[in-house]
Amino acid sequence: MAPHDIRRPFKRAAISDQQKRRELSLQRQAQNRTEAQLQARRLASSIFSLPNQNSDPQPLESVDLIPEPIVEEPETDAGDISEIDIRQAARLKGSEARRWFASQLMLPEWMIDVPDRLNEDWYVFARPSGKRCFVVSSNGTTVSRLRNGSLLHRFPSALPSGAKTRESSRSAQSYCILDCIFHELDQTYYVIDMVCWAGISFYECTAEFRFFWMNSKLVESGACEAPSTYHRYRFSLIPVYSCDHEGLQTAYTGTVPHVKDGLLFYNKHAHYQTGNTPLVLVWKDETCSQYVIDTDNKGQVPNQQQVVLELQDNGQLVTSDDPPVVLGCLNATFIQETGLHSGNLVRFAVNDGGLTFVDGKLEKADLHYIGKVNRARAFADSYSKIVFQYMVRHSPLRIEHLFASMGTVSEQESNEVEMVG
Amino acid sequence: MQEPTLYKLIPAIPFCIHSFPQNSVYQKGKKVMALEVTQILLSAQSVDGSVRKHAEESLKQFQEQNLSGFLLSLSGELANDEKPVDSRKLAGLILKNALDAKEQHRRYELIQRWLSLDVGVKTQIKTYLLQTLTSSVYEARSTAAQVIAKVAGIELPQKQWPELIGSLLSNIHQVPVHVKQATLETLGYLCEEVSPDVVEQDHVNKILTAVVQGMNASEGSNDVRLAATRALYNALGFAQANFSNDMERDYIMRVVCEATLSQEVKIRQAAFECLVSISSSYYEKLGPYMQDIFNITAKAVKEDEEPVALQAIEFWSSICDEEIDILEEYGGDFSTAVSDVPCFYFIKQALPALVPMLLETLLKQEEDQDQDEGAWNLAMAGGTCLGLVARTVGNDIVPLVMPFIEENITKPDWRQREGATYAFGSILEGPSPNQLVPLVNVALNFMLTALTKDPNNHVKDTTAWTLGRIFEFLHGSTMETPIITSANCQQIITVLLQSMKDAPNVAEKSCGALYFLAQGFEDVGPSSPLTPFFQVIVQSLLAVTHREDAGESRLRTAAYETLNEVVRCSTDETIPMVLELVPIIMMELHNTLEKQKLSSDEREKQNELQGLLCGCMQVIIQKLAASDATKYSFMQYADQTMNLFLRVFACRSATVHEEAMLAIGALAYATGPDFAKYMPDFYKYLEMGLQNFEEYQVCAVTVGVVGDICRALEEKVLPWCDGIMTQLLKDLSSNQLHRSVKPPIFSCFGDISLAIGENFEKYLMYAMPMLQSAAELSSHTSGADDEMIEYTNLLRNGILEAYSGIFQGFKNSPKTQLLIPYAPHILQFLDLIYMEKDMDEMVMKTAIGVLGDLADTLGSNAGSLIQQSLSSKDFLNECLASDDHLIKESAEWAKMAISRAISV
Repeated sequence: MAPHDIRRPFKRAAISDQQKRRELSLQRQAQNRTEAQLQARRLASSIFSLPNQNSDPQPLESVDLIPEPIVEEPETDAGDISEIDIRQAARLKGSEARRWFASQLMLPEWMIDVPDRLNEDWYVFARPSGKRCFVVSSNGTTVSRLRNGSLLHRFPSALPSGAKTRESSRSAQSYCILDCIFHELDQTYYVIDMVCWAGISFYECTAEFRFFWMNSKLVESGACEAPSTYHRYRFSLIPVYSCDHEGLQTAYTGTVPHVKDGLLFYNKHAHYQTGNTPLVLVWKDETCSQYVIDTDNKGQVPNQQQVVLELQDNGQLVTSDDPPVVLGCLNATFIQETGLHSGNLVRFAVNDGGLTFVDGKLEKADLHYIGKVNRARAFADSYSKIVFQYMVRHSPLRIEHLFASMGTVSEQESNEVEMVG
Repeated sequence: MQEPTLYKLIPAIPFCIHSFPQNSVYQKGKKVMALEVTQILLSAQSVDGSVRKHAEESLKQFQEQNLSGFLLSLSGELANDEKPVDSRKLAGLILKNALDAKEQHRRYELIQRWLSLDVGVKTQIKTYLLQTLTSSVYEARSTAAQVIAKVAGIELPQKQWPELIGSLLSNIHQVPVHVKQATLETLGYLCEEVSPDVVEQDHVNKILTAVVQGMNASEGSNDVRLAATRALYNALGFAQANFSNDMERDYIMRVVCEATLSQEVKIRQAAFECLVSISSSYYEKLGPYMQDIFNITAKAVKEDEEPVALQAIEFWSSICDEEIDILEEYGGDFSTAVSDVPCFYFIKQALPALVPMLLETLLKQEEDQDQDEGAWNLAMAGGTCLGLVARTVGNDIVPLVMPFIEENITKPDWRQREGATYAFGSILEGPSPNQLVPLVNVALNFMLTALTKDPNNHVKDTTAWTLGRIFEFLHGSTMETPIITSANCQQIITVLLQSMKDAPNVAEKSCGALYFLAQGFEDVGPSSPLTPFFQVIVQSLLAVTHREDAGESRLRTAAYETLNEVVRCSTDETIPMVLELVPIIMMELHNTLEKQKLSSDEREKQNELQGLLCGCMQVIIQKLAASDATKYSFMQYADQTMNLFLRVFACRSATVHEEAMLAIGALAYATGPDFAKYMPDFYKYLEMGLQNFEEYQVCAVTVGVVGDICRALEEKVLPWCDGIMTQLLKDLSSNQLHRSVKPPIFSCFGDISLAIGENFEKYLMYAMPMLQSAAELSSHTSGADDEMIEYTNLLRNGILEAYSGIFQGFKNSPKTQLLIPYAPHILQFLDLIYMEKDMDEMVMKTAIGVLGDLADTLGSNAGSLIQQSLSSKDFLNECLASDDHLIKESAEWAKMAISRAISV
């Protein structure tokens, strides 16, 4: 048995450069693999088809500085844009972005009757008054877009990839899309829903899950903190309550830092769905909103309720719902005299005959022709909006009805008492 | 669908990491070779090549025709005292080689072959071997001792040869000294060959008793004492129980310490070797003996012969290793300390006496030790130990060393100046920067002057090395006060560049210093203090690579390594100069290809130089590819670069160049889908790399490059996938390929699937069973050691990455249902990993990601399966609560994917 070699490295760096090269290579490969994985994971599974390559995003600077026209009313013509994957959408610029975002918000129906199991399956919260918008953070910038897709602000934020800071450099894939209301008075974005966070899509997640994440992630990110150099606007969470007696009461009368514009009700099991949905409802009365009855374009409440309907080929006047609801019919002579065409949006006043319901379904409406509407407008009114506005003027759905639907407090409590006879 | 070509190539291959092919059946020849074995064995050692060759042929034939007879006659030759020493020795050696080999699969074959021999033959061979131990010829005894240990290494784990240890122990009591010596030697070898758990404690006790008694001062024969001392070195691993018994431990330690004082230098050396081994195996038991051991080692370092003194210093270095490890595990946070062994702070306690002892050794340098690669002397060992002590105790060492430095650094004797400088360099790692920076600020100017003006090569070498250490440990963006300022930066660089023209050993150290100087500016931001000097640094380094004597002291290598680091640390300001470097390095590489008809020596040099140049290209490409702007500028060179790499490959016939392969990985990453045009020419080398079982590093690097290519080409890689998958599957089922390459191959499956999506369909029938059997294999690891647990984690990570890639590859495809049948097994695998509780963070992250990928791709098809699995509940919750943000991120992804799959 020979003596054992005990020589140690002398005046040598602990690692050879070749080993370093190997390790750096492995590191790069592992990182690339992780990124490829993450990218695959972040492609939304089924709601959108895979990206079509025809929409090369334009370079950032070229469009950024052009002020965007404010469009008063939403557009519908999303065209081929609607097929775009959300990952790409986060990078869209200019008019493409406007068109895409205009079609992506989840829009509440108006509450015209109280849904079943309100106290079990629903959340409620006070809706801030302000501009409904999508906030998108990506590649070191944050952009907010109104519901017609037009740009509201471009700013740095503490959202993931929301500002160009050193830490954010590695997360090119990491973008966020939040559904917000911008509240002018305190210059705050109130987050009402989360669509994507750090590149992960929440479209197919229940509201319950989305709200859970929103609560934990938003605070973690630092976005709720006071504005600073890298964080121009504060974001704020809105307290969301289970819609039981107490929750509804708190949302309805509780003090909030923002001006209230009605209450929003979210079905706990509903996924984020673009366009109108009966699984999110808005309700308001004078106590919780300044804008209960629709105003005309001069800001005045008209004497008669006005509705906007779309003229069909066969002369029928329909709502924007899918499938549409027919509220009336114009005869061919009248159409010819007024020069209307199929597809036109037409404004009517609701006459004294009002709306007639049979078994809860609209049977007929007494309408009076006013005229064609502004070209910029692309949607007819929805059925729920028309009915809600009608009810507000005649027999409003009151807060008491909502409370009544979930039984009285004492009834609820008595359910919990075990009967011993 | 087209019949997959794979099917013909690899019918049902098993995944293989532990199992080996069946041994072939050896025919028992009838021809008995009674004749001249002796003569053949002697001829096989003849100086005459043709005689030797003929003899070797005969031996080979004999072995092939009649293995039993062959082994039997060899053992008979070894045992026969009438035969010449040389034929006996060779007989023993061939026997030994017939029982063991370096390559694991070959070794396994030999073991199986031995076990399958006729019992009678084996018994006869073993009898011959034991008989040889009593021979009067030392060489025969010693050779037999080794062969016996090899046989024991095979048979004891099989519960065969139970009487061996008993009969060896009975030898101990025999009168002839040489029998006792040979028996102790055998026990030593046996302990080296056999794992402690196959020897019962009773036998262990008896072996140790015999060995320690043989070491005792009362033993009259030095030969016996030496054999016993060397045997103890190997037997220490068996002494776990005995070291826990105070009395037995005291006894062993006393005998070892006494042996360090023996008259015989070899015994003293062997005894110190035992102490070194004890210091790492039984660190926690050493407390009561440390005072005595210090006295013994101090005496040896001061007075004893160098081999003994070196072992004495090694004892302290080894204690430092232990304490550094323990303190590292403490991580400065005692509340969460997980170390099994507490730190006893032996070094801290010994410090006041230990440091002067080590400083004294620093003045015992040899002339020209810096030019001699293999040198290892007292000064080197002492200096190395001093550096370890500094890392162990930190600040406390500074006041003990500074007076020595101050006293010696200006002395006329170069030994004193060098010793002082070395001492300073040694303590730069360990103490806090607060302690060191003021000292360095004072010393820096002196060092720079010494590097240019000192007349002694040795002093300059150590000075340059010390500057490198200063920059390595005290220069960088994390330092509060910078060592290098705008005031001294130019001077430092000027001196280093000047010194790069000095003798090769000094120039090499200066390159090293420049390496760390550049490294410290790595994350300095867009504007680096190096910018004004970038060009002259690069030019100087290139000039060094062209020096006539650049082959000495690994100077050329050091210059390229430094160039690489300078490139890595380049900034936006200097990146245009990195781009200019591309044609220069390409030209260098081109030049290596022009030389024709090389001698084997020249070929080796060419090969080495190509390695350095490809390494440099790799670093440059990786740097340029990191930003879009420079990546596009580099693209103009991509074709030429690739062409050069292909020519480098073509220089060799059988193997591929590892560095060129690494560089190609970087190139694929840079070029993206454009790499497709190189595939027709490159593919054969890729395949060759994947077939290189012997140089497994090359194979591993090539597997990594396959991943790069998949990500670069995406679906364009499809035409090459049949071939690649075939090679990868062969690799996995090979028992020759180093096991470390197998986990990355599985990860590579994932890369391929992610790239080609549902086209992976045709490989599912091969890949999935392979993954499944590997997953099963990875779960049979109970009682595994740390190394095995680490490997299991790597293997599982690879398997899981494969599953992730496959699921994600099939996402949104109508063929998703093809994966449904595999889901139950994969979920079981996840549950099993969770329940075994020994996964590391990496596996945890990947595993929970797979759960998400499975849910994401299979959706409601797997909803109920997922809900039934443990992973979707406890494991997921554990990951959600993890502090590791990567695990948490994957878990949150999984939670979301599951909630979708369940709710749809």
